[in-house]
Amino acid sequence: MNPKDIIDIAADVTMMMLSFALLLVVVRIVRGPTLPDRIVALDLLVGVVIGFIATIGLKAEIFQYLDIAIALGLVGFLATVAFARFVMTRGRAGDAATTLPDSGPDSAYSGEVRR
Amino acid sequence: MNTIIFRTISPVLVALTLLFSVFVTLRGHNEPGGGFIGGLIAVSAFALYGLSHGVPTVRHAMRFHPMEIAGFGLFLAGASGMLSIVFGVPFLTGLWVFPTIFGVEVALSTPMFFDIGVYFVVTGSITSIALALEAREGGV
Repeated sequence: MNPKDIIDIAADVTMMMLSFALLLVVVRIVRGPTLPDRIVALDLLVGVVIGFIATIGLKAEIFQYLDIAIALGLVGFLATVAFARFVMTRGRAGDAATTLPDSGPDSAYSGEVRR
Repeated sequence: MNTIIFRTISPVLVALTLLFSVFVTLRGHNEPGGGFIGGLIAVSAFALYGLSHGVPTVRHAMRFHPMEIAGFGLFLAGASGMLSIVFGVPFLTGLWVFPTIFGVEVALSTPMFFDIGVYFVVTGSITSIALALEAREGGV
């Protein structure tokens, strides 16, 4: 068993585990009761995709993929920060509290709109 | 945003992202990369700095107005094409020189300066848009 086989098997196992993680992330994004849950899940999605890119790059021996992974890591952090800022300033942005967990269909548009 | 973790880590990330953008730009001639994607990565760095420290800090740190940077980039890209007038070849023809600097052969070319010009155009114009949007939302 030469090192190439070990790396191939490890990459296959890693991809299976990452696929399972991706499935769980999708479940959290769809179900996630609050908006911060979905934002953290999207951040995790970026992390899982970085893992995918690195694994595929290692398996195909195309190491330019690692640069894409670096760029995605830097930009994905920016996306998460922008989402966090959106959550913090949402009260002042003037949109109704439609996605808060305790807001049913009745209270969806009854919240006061501030600007 | 006034969280101390974010405010501490963001200058490090900004420096790293700007370095990576220069790396991507200069590598673009032979491998994936180039001025456009490098400029977009630089813009994400400036946008991150604006989110953590506020828009006036970014404008002060850039020293020039973003549109001035875009104009300089356009001038550089145009000038690298105009150089072909001197050599009597069509506009934007790639011209190469291979000077030896400190014992290392360096490949300088007009496509590289054109790419650097594209980098500045994208950085300046998109940073201008991003900072305007962030300032409108009410700063930090």
